[in-house]
Amino acid sequence: MIVVVNGKERTVKSGCTVEKLLQSLDIRGNAVAVELNREVIPRAEHAVQPVREGDTLEIVTFVGGG
Amino acid sequence: MSSDAENHQDTFEIAGRTFTSRLVLGTGKYPDLKTMRTAHVASGTEMVTVAVRRVDLTGASGPTVLDYIDREAIAILPNTAGCFTADDAVRTARLGREAGLSDWCKLEVLGDEQTLLPDPVATLEAAKQLVAEDFIVLVYTNDDPIMALRLEEAGVAAVMPAGSPIGSGQGVLNPSNIRLILERAKVPVIVDAGVGTASDVTLAMELGIAGVLLNTAVACAQDPVAMAEAMRDACRAGRYAWRAGRIPRRLYGSASSPLEGHIVERLGDSNA
Repeated sequence: MIVVVNGKERTVKSGCTVEKLLQSLDIRGNAVAVELNREVIPRAEHAVQPVREGDTLEIVTFVGGG
Repeated sequence: MSSDAENHQDTFEIAGRTFTSRLVLGTGKYPDLKTMRTAHVASGTEMVTVAVRRVDLTGASGPTVLDYIDREAIAILPNTAGCFTADDAVRTARLGREAGLSDWCKLEVLGDEQTLLPDPVATLEAAKQLVAEDFIVLVYTNDDPIMALRLEEAGVAAVMPAGSPIGSGQGVLNPSNIRLILERAKVPVIVDAGVGTASDVTLAMELGIAGVLLNTAVACAQDPVAMAEAMRDACRAGRYAWRAGRIPRRLYGSASSPLEGHIVERLGDSNA
C-alpha cells in the first residue's frame, strides 16, 4: 500500500506500524518524532500504531537553527 | 558593594531554571559542527536553539547537531523557525517536544519571507495554544510593547523582541521600545535577532534586559569562535554596566577636575 512519508510516496507492507516503518527506513535512536495525519504519535505507541493506505506521515528530528 | 563575585552570582531564571550566561546561541549556519561546538564553549552559553526538520530519508547519515552539543552544560531550545501559520508552529512545537529533549519552545511565527518579522496575530494564537498544552514558551515577537504584554498575559515564560530582522545584523533599531517592554514585563525579556557584532549585544544588555539570543552574528563571522568570545565579553560588559548604573546624558560638558583653585582666572569671571 502507498503512504506519504516526508512529502514523498512510499510503498509499505500491509500490517505496517509506525515502528516497522521507522525500522524499514533505518531510522533508529533518539530525537525523532513522528506525526501521522497531523497528529503526533507518542513514542510508546509506535509499536501499536498501524499505518494505513493513504496515510501521511512526517518523521522529524533536530537540525541546526537559530 | 558590587564585586566580581556578586556579578558572577547575577543569574536569571526562566520557568524555574537558573541561567548564569545571558547569551542564547543558535546552531545554524556554522561552517561545521566542530566550530559550532567550540564557539558555544567560547561564548559560555547555557542554552542553544535547534530547528525541527524532516529526517533525511535518502540514506545519508552522519553526525547530527545533537552530537555536538554538551547537554550537561547546555539546554536545548527547539524552535518553530520557518513557520508562517499558527497551526504549523503548533505542529512543529509538538513534534519538537515529542522528540524528547525538551518541553520548551522558541515560538516563532513569521509574517513574510523578506523581513522575517513575526506575524503578531498568529504568534499570539500559537502562544495561547502552546501554553494550554503546558509548553514553556519563549516567544519571538516584534518590539511592540503592547504585543509583549498580550503575550505575557497569554502565559509565555519569556518575551523575545526582535532587535531587527533575523540575520540582518542591524542591532537594536528601537531601544526605546525595548525599554518600554522591559518596564512592564514580569517575565524575562531577551532580545532575539538582529545582532551584528559585539557592541550590539553590549548596547542591548545596557538596557537591562535578561539576555540576548543570536545565531548568525557568530556562525557567519569570519572567525566564529573569536566572535563567540567577543559576544561573551560584550554581554558581560553590558550587563555589568547596567548593574553599575550609567551617568545621565548631558548636553553640556561637566569637568572632571575641580574648577576651584585654578592658577588662571576663568573666562567669563566678572573680576577677570
